[in-house]
Order: sequence, then structure tokens, then C-alpha cells
Amino acid sequence: MTPLPITACTLTTALGAGSAATLAALRAQRSGLAPVRFLDCPLPTWTGEVAGVDAVTLPEALAEFDCRNNRLAWLGLQQDGLIDAVAAARERWGARRVGVFLGTSTSGLLQTELAYRQREPGGALQASFHYGATQNTYSLAAFVAQTLGLEGPGWVVSTACSSSAKVFGTAARLIAAGLIDAAVVGGVDSLCLTTLYGFNSLELLSSDICRPWDAARNGLSIGEAAAFALVERQVGEVGAVGQDGSAPQGWLLGIGESNDGYHMSTPHPEGAGAIEAMRAALADANLQPADIDYINLHGTATPSNDASEARAVGQVFGADTPCSSTKGATGHTLGAAGGVEAAIALLAMRHGLMPAGLNLRQADVDLRVNYLRNNHCAPVHRVVSNSFGFGGSNACLVLGGTA
Amino acid sequence: MSGLTVWVQGVGLLGPGLDSWAASLAVLRGMQAHAFTPTALPAPARLPPAERRRSGPGVKLALAVADEAVTQAQADPATLATVFTSSSGEGINCHLLCETLATPAPMVSPIRFTNSVHNAASGCWHIAVASRASSTSLCAFDGSFGAGLIEAATSVRVSGEPVLLVASDSPYPEPLHATRSLPDHFGVALLLLPVQSPQSLAKITIMLSDMDSVTAECEDASLEALRRAIPAAAALPLLVALAAGAPAQTVAIAYLPTMGLRLQLVPVPPAAPVEGP
Repeated sequence: MTPLPITACTLTTALGAGSAATLAALRAQRSGLAPVRFLDCPLPTWTGEVAGVDAVTLPEALAEFDCRNNRLAWLGLQQDGLIDAVAAARERWGARRVGVFLGTSTSGLLQTELAYRQREPGGALQASFHYGATQNTYSLAAFVAQTLGLEGPGWVVSTACSSSAKVFGTAARLIAAGLIDAAVVGGVDSLCLTTLYGFNSLELLSSDICRPWDAARNGLSIGEAAAFALVERQVGEVGAVGQDGSAPQGWLLGIGESNDGYHMSTPHPEGAGAIEAMRAALADANLQPADIDYINLHGTATPSNDASEARAVGQVFGADTPCSSTKGATGHTLGAAGGVEAAIALLAMRHGLMPAGLNLRQADVDLRVNYLRNNHCAPVHRVVSNSFGFGGSNACLVLGGTA
Repeated sequence: MSGLTVWVQGVGLLGPGLDSWAASLAVLRGMQAHAFTPTALPAPARLPPAERRRSGPGVKLALAVADEAVTQAQADPATLATVFTSSSGEGINCHLLCETLATPAPMVSPIRFTNSVHNAASGCWHIAVASRASSTSLCAFDGSFGAGLIEAATSVRVSGEPVLLVASDSPYPEPLHATRSLPDHFGVALLLLPVQSPQSLAKITIMLSDMDSVTAECEDASLEALRRAIPAAAALPLLVALAAGAPAQTVAIAYLPTMGLRLQLVPVPPAAPVEGP
């Protein structure tokens, strides 16, 4: 693909709101995870809850969208000058030429879960429940498009935990086909009962803090997050600075997408689909495995994911490329994970920081890759970011500090 | 903008009074009245027995129309990239999860949780046909068919490979039904190719346009009622034009409140029999 400039980027996770707070936490190797407090959930687990979501008040004109997921989206949109950057893109290209493609797995489903706890005597949901603006999967993209004044094509990609990696591919394709000139991409997923109790029912939820790549890892910690990026058509020569003279935050160099076609909730043991996605992404970027400086792993800390992913990464990259999972810091933010980790990849390149994989005590000797136990400071030019989801959905991004 | 040109090679259809693409041609051509008889969902023959038992109505619906489209087109599903799109996924599954989660000590079924993802139909299809090809699953509320059509046609043009588009919607039970009232199941699948093939039914060129809700309507009142009631049935004006076979025409498809799709459709006449010497 033609390298696509990422002209603005932001993320809000349990590490904090915005890039500066995230970078400070990554530098300090601090995790945002804590024993669950959300809704007094009695499950023995840890979560990456974002501070301040409950306190968000949406503007009156957007009030029907009010739910935890859209409040988190609102909080995320306020960071790192994203709104100003999108406004400039809207001026540059026109509101109908800027698309909105976002990932989420559960959208505003918490609103429905809570509404089911307060049903009317006849069983009906209370009249205050707005299905379309909250629970529906599309609610997130409708809310963000309306907030940013964008009128281009838009939709939500919902492929479980690969959702907000795949939206980068959607934007790249629509720009390549000439339908749009720019797009807001990313993802938002927020804590809800379905994912907490659901992952618990599958015995994929750790009762401890999640420990990716650890020999004794026993499951994930659920996080919540909002991540957004603005991608724009390259004007002039590839690699040129933006029209306002500023360099972009980074570049989308390639994307690979595949399916396992194997099992709904267990990855292919040899990582066959993941291998295809990584190879497709490298081919799309016209790069070789040796061109990659750092891999941000999917690394959920479930026994099966990390084993399968280690085999896949070993097959494609060998055992030397530095890699880590940042889910020990943020938790697994599900449909937002791809966007969060793309944003972390851009921070890694801009600041020469390969972040450590946190919470590791005893490394699993069967996972034979160069896993970073500690932060490693060195120039980072190109990053691979993996995202895999239920339904066997795999996505791999190649991101660059330069085109 | 010149538009996205793709060739339709196969169609799958299932909805109230529309038992399959082949069985619906007379209705879509206006030669037979449309009757709103409930959609009957077949068991997904391609799924292994365990997955077949676990599959809910939304998965059955999506797999049925996907199956009809690839069978009709004589395509190999193991190599096909797919785009699934749905306004709401598996409604009954969502309802049962929310009911469970409203109890004091919820015991969630792991299978129900696994199948609650919006891409459950995609996952089942790729397992059923043993395909590692790329797949995505979209939602744009009432505009979900339009979103899927744009994504699928864009992928066909950019990748140069065929894409199977599957748009399907299933109703919620009460109490969600009262807040999102889909009257029945409706699914449509289109196999789209970058070039013409011997099985091509039509060439369509897709453009974004201002929303024109009037021209996006079906002439037949019963089909129009269906189009208005179920998001995936936004495909009906395209299906009517495809079924007609001739002449070339422009079709409007409803998408977002402020944006529609305009499709230029040129039917491909059935290949003439090879003449003898």
C-alpha cells in the first residue's frame, strides 16, 4: 500500500488520559490495573478502569447517546488536540470527504444490562432506554461523527478484539479507492457485565493481575479505553510533511487481515491465521521481517493466546525481534485494543522506547521470542502490532516513524 | 468520483415470503404478489454437528444466504474474503445474556458469551468452509447494508479479489423488541468480482450520493413495507433490478440519514449457447 500519514493520534486508558500520561506510565513501567471496583462486581479479578468516566457530562445536543462507552469516547476525544486536528482536516477536505470507522465489541451494552435490572412490572424496559443511541454497535461511530461534525461514510467494525486494528485497513482502502480523503479511526470499549462474566465463564479471566508471557499466566485482565487516530491522504511526494508544515505522528505502512477458520474462542494452536496476517502485513508494507524493530504483541496472558502467538511470531520473525505485550499495563481493552496499541506503537517510535511487558515473574521457556522484561530505549523506526479476536479474526498493522 | 465497479456473480436471499433468490424471482419481477409469510431458517448444513446445534437464528440466516450465493456462483468458499454486516447480530442471544446478568449471581453460558460477538456469523462461516481469507463484520444501524456494500466493493477494487457480502438482520425478543422492532429475519448475500465472468449477472457501479429516500423505495407496496422494516432489506431495490435482468438502470440504496448510494446497474445477458458448426 501507499504509506498513509497518521496526522493525529490519542489514547485514554487506565494509564491516564492522553499521550503524555501514557508515556509517563510506560516510562515508569507502571500498570494501570487494580482489583475490580466496577459496579461492586464480586468476581475475583483485576480491571483497567479509566478514571473520570462517570463524571463526564455529554452536551445537551448529544444527551441521547449518554452511556459509559460514549462518555469514554468523549473523554478520549478531548485529548492531544484531536478535535482541532479533525476540524482542520474537515476544513481541508470537506465534511463529506472525512470518514469515521471505529471498532468496539460491546458498544453501550452496559446500558441494556442495567436496564434489564430495572424492568417495569410487565417486563418492559424503562422509557429512558435509547436502544439505537446506546446499545447498538453503531452508536459509537454515530456519536463520534456527530461530535466532530463529520458527514463522510462511516460504520463500526466489530470483530471482537481485532476491531480497532481492522479500521485502519478500512480507511486505507476507502482512501485508495477515492471515496474519501481522510478518516477518523480507532476504537472504544468500556467495562460491562457481559465481558466480565463472559470471560469468567470461559475461565479466561485471571484472578490475579494478568501476566502476559509468564509460565504461570492464567488469563486476562479486562481494561477499557478510547483510542483515536486521524489518517489523511498523502499530498505530494510520499514522506512529505503535512500541508501545515508539520510532520505526521507516524505512518500506516501495511495491514494484514486473516481468519483462523478453526474455532470460535480458541486460537489456532500453531497460529496459522496469525502467521498469514503478519506475512500479509509485511507484504503490504513491502518490508522484510528484519526491517521490524519492535513487535507489540496481542499478548492477552491466556495460556492459549500467548503460546499460539509465540509460535506464529517465531515462524515469521525468528527469535530476535524485541517484542512485548502492553496489556499488563492497560489490561485487554478488547475492541479498543488495536487502536490503543497502534497509538503505543507511535509513542514508541517518537520517543525511542520499547515498552516492557509488565507483571512477568517467571518467563515461559516455551515461548521462544525476545520478550522485553524491561523498557529498552533505542531508535524505533518500524513496529508490528498484532490484534486477534474471537471468531478467529486476525489483524496485523505495520507502522512507521517515517514513510 | 468515477465509482466502484464490480460484477455480481451470485445472490442469496431469505426473508418473509422470499424463500431463496431462485424462488423469489417471480415476486421480485412483479409477476407474483409478495406475501409476508414468516422466514423459515434452514439448519446450516456446512457446519459440523456441534456448531450446528449451537448456532442461533442469526447465524443460520447468514450462513443460508452465504451458502446460496456461493453455490449459485460455483465459487470456492475456502478462498473467499467476506464482509458480514448486521444492524444487531444475534438478538435472542443478547436478550438471554442480559436476563442472566440481571440475576443476583449470574451464571453465564460460555457458549452464549462466545456467540455474542458481532462477528459470530463470520467466525462460523469461516470454520464451516475452512477459510483463512480476510473477513470483517460491520454495523451501521439502519445503514448496515449500505456500509457492507461500500466495504465489499472497495475491497474488491483495491485487492482485485472476489468478496462475499452477507447482510442479515434478526429480530430481538421482548423487551428489546419494543425498542427495536424488526418484524422478522431478512438476509441477502452477494458475491462480487472485480471482472466479468461467465456466471456474471450484472455489472454495478457504486457511487456515494446525497440521500434520496424517495428513489430508494420499491414500487411494490409489500416489498416497500419490508424494506422500511428491516435494515438488510435496504438491498431490495438492487435485488428487484437484478431480477429484472434488463434494461440498464440506476438504483438508489438508503444508507445514512445524510448519504445514500447510487448504483448504475447493467445486466449481463445469459451467455448464448455455443453454436455448432
